[in-house]
Amino acid sequence: MTLENLKKGQMFKIISIPDPYIRAQTIRFGLGEGETALCEEVVPAGPVIIRKNLQEIVLGRGLAKQIVVELS
Amino acid sequence: MNHCHGKDLPIEIPQGARKIVLAGNPNAGKSVFFNALTNLYVDVSNYPGTTLEISHGRLGKDVIIDTPGVYGLSSFNDEERIARDIILNSDIVLNVVNALHMERDLFLTQQIIDTGIPMIVALNMVDEAQAQGLKIDVEELSRELGVPVIPTVAVKRIGIEEVKNSLDKAVTGNPTPEIKEKMLLMSNRVGHQGEALLILEGDEIVARRHGLEPGNEMEKIYLLRRKRVNSILESVVEKTNKSRVFSNWLGKQMIKPLTGIPILLVVLWLMYEIIGVFIAEGVVEITEDIIMGEYYEPIIRGLIGKFINEQRWLGYILVGEFGLLTMTVTYVLGLLMPLVVGFYMFLSIFEDSGYLPRLAALVDRVLSFIGLNGKAIIPLILGFGCVTMATITTRLLGSEREKRITVFLLALTIPCSAQLGIIAGMLAAIGTQYALAYVLVIASLLILVGTLLNRLLEGKSTDLMIDLPPLRVPRVGNVFKKTTVKSYNFLKEAFPLFAVGALLISVLQLTGILKWLQNVLSPLTVGLLRLPAESATAFVMGVVRRDFGAAGLYDMTLEPAQTLVALITITLFVPCIASVLVLFKERGKKEAVTIWLATWVIAFLVGGTVAWLSSIFESPMLVGIVFAALALLVAYLSGFVKAGKKASVGM
Repeated sequence: MTLENLKKGQMFKIISIPDPYIRAQTIRFGLGEGETALCEEVVPAGPVIIRKNLQEIVLGRGLAKQIVVELS
Repeated sequence: MNHCHGKDLPIEIPQGARKIVLAGNPNAGKSVFFNALTNLYVDVSNYPGTTLEISHGRLGKDVIIDTPGVYGLSSFNDEERIARDIILNSDIVLNVVNALHMERDLFLTQQIIDTGIPMIVALNMVDEAQAQGLKIDVEELSRELGVPVIPTVAVKRIGIEEVKNSLDKAVTGNPTPEIKEKMLLMSNRVGHQGEALLILEGDEIVARRHGLEPGNEMEKIYLLRRKRVNSILESVVEKTNKSRVFSNWLGKQMIKPLTGIPILLVVLWLMYEIIGVFIAEGVVEITEDIIMGEYYEPIIRGLIGKFINEQRWLGYILVGEFGLLTMTVTYVLGLLMPLVVGFYMFLSIFEDSGYLPRLAALVDRVLSFIGLNGKAIIPLILGFGCVTMATITTRLLGSEREKRITVFLLALTIPCSAQLGIIAGMLAAIGTQYALAYVLVIASLLILVGTLLNRLLEGKSTDLMIDLPPLRVPRVGNVFKKTTVKSYNFLKEAFPLFAVGALLISVLQLTGILKWLQNVLSPLTVGLLRLPAESATAFVMGVVRRDFGAAGLYDMTLEPAQTLVALITITLFVPCIASVLVLFKERGKKEAVTIWLATWVIAFLVGGTVAWLSSIFESPMLVGIVFAALALLVAYLSGFVKAGKKASVGM
C-alpha cells in the first residue's frame, strides 16, 4: 500500500520512497525509509501529514501516491 | 593553512580575525543570536550569482557571519549551496539547534561535525521543549557529540552570554563512526575534511572544484548519520506525557478544510479590519491628512519658497504637485508606512506562530489546478500586502516553472495593500454589485491565466513537502523586532524609487509630454475602454505605481460602469517600478520584459471586454458572471487542446 491509502491514526513503516531528492530530504527529517511513523491527518484529496515524535511533515498527494508503506 | 575554494563571500576579513559562522535549520532562532552577538555593526551583502542576502558583523576582533536556514549541507538549492560554502570556509561554527526539533536539527549538527570544523552548539528553546514534555540530558548530548552544548532561550536572552564566552571552547566533535576512514582517504587527496565529506556525499559542485568525480554514497552516509543521530537521541531525550494539547489540536484544525477554511476567513477578516479599516482609514487620516498634509507640507513649502520660486521648474520638481519633498515624503511616510507596518506585523505573527505551513497544507489541492503546490499560497498572500516583497519570496518555490507562474500571477492579478485600499473605497461608493463584479472578473482571470500557464509551460511542478513547526503563541518581542526591521528595509528601498517616479512624472508634466500621451493613448482609453481621455494620466501614473494610478482615477468623475472598467484595468496594469526592478533581479531580463508587456496587453484586453459587456448588459453582476463564465470556459477548453496535442504527438 502507499501513503495515500493510510487512515488517520494508523502507525506505519516507510518501505520505499522513489524520488532520490525526497528520499534524502526525508532522511534529514528523520522520516526516511525504514522509519516508523504515525499518520496524523489526511486532507480529503489533499496532502497527508505524518509524524514521528514531534517532527511532522506534510506530503502532497502526488508524493503520497509514490511512497510505499506497510502498517505496523 | 587557509584553504579557500569556490566562490568567496564579498566580505572583508581583517588579518587575524576568525570567521565565526552561525548555522542551523530554518526557525532555529539564528537571527536572534546574530542580533544579540553583533549588536552595533551589521552589514548585508549579496552572494555572487544569487539574490540571497548574507548578514555579517563584528564580534570583538572576529567576524560573525549568518547563513540561510538549511536542513543539511548539499547542493539541493541556493540556500544550501551558500550555507555549505560559508560553513566550509569557517573557523568556528556556532550551531543553533531547536530543542523541539532535535530529530531534524541534529542531522545538520552531525553533518557539520563530520566536516571536522570546530563547533559549539546552542540548544535553543529549551523552555518550549520542557513545556512539550521533553527532558533533555544536555551533558550527555555534549559528551555524545564531542562539542560543548549550551542550553539557551535566545528570545529571552537566556544563555547568550555563556555562548559568547564559550566560543573559544569550540572543538572538533565525534564524527559518524563508519564514515571516518573513507573521509580520511579522500581528505588526503583534497586536503580538507569537509570538502572530502561532500565529495563522498556526491556533491557535484565541490567535486568539480577538485577535478574529481562526485561519489555515489550520499544515501549510505545519510543513513549512517541518521542511525547515529537516532541513537544519540535515545540516550539523551526522555519523553514525558506532558504536551500542549490545545495548540496541537488547533494546529490540526487549521489543516482540515471543514475547520481550516473558516479559520482562514476569520484571519483574513481580522487583517481586513486592522489593515483595511483601522489603519487605511483611521491611522492614515492622521498621518497623511493631518501630520503630513497640514503640518509637514506647508512648512516645507514655506521653507523652500523662501529660496526658490515654486512656479519655476526646480520649485515644481521639489515642492509641486508631484514634488520630491512633498508628495514623495507624504506618500511614503504618511500613506504607505502605516499600511506596511500593519502588514508586516501580520506577516511576522504568521511566521512566528507557524500558521503559514499549515495554510500551505490546506490549499495544496486547490493550487494544484493552476500548476502550483500549497507553498505558493505564501507569496500569493504576501502579494496583497506588497507585490514587490511577495515576488522575492517566490524563491522558496520548488521549481522554475512554479516561480514563473506565481510571479506572473502576482504581477498581473494581485493588487497590493495600498492599491486595494483605494479600490475598495471607490467600489464601496458605487455599490456591492460592482464590488462583486470586480471580484468575479479578477478571480476568474487568475484561474484562467494560471490554468493556461500550467498547460503551456514545459515540465512538471513539484509536490508539496514541508515540515510543520509547532504552533505557538507568537512572542511580542520577536514580532516587534521583525516588523521594525522589515518596515525599515521597506523605507530604504521605497524612498529612492518614489523619488525617481515623482521626478519622472514632474518632468513629463513640465515638458508637456503628459498631455501628448493623453492624446496618443486616446484610442485605447476612449475607444477601447470607453473612458474620458484624461484617464490616460492615471495609467501613466500607474506605470510608476498602480496605487498611484488608482489614486489618479479617484479624482475623476466617472459613471459607475466606467469606474468598474477603470479599476479592473488599473488592477491588471503593470506592476509598480519597485516590483519591476525585483522582477528583473529575480527572473532575468527576457522574462521580466515579457511579463511587463503581457500585463499591458491583458489589462487593456480585459478592460475592453468588460467595457463591451457593460454596453450590452445593464446589470454589473451580469457583466461579472458572463465574464467569469467565458474565462472559465476558455480555461476548461484549453485542456482539450493540450490533450489533442499530446494525442497527436503520441501517434
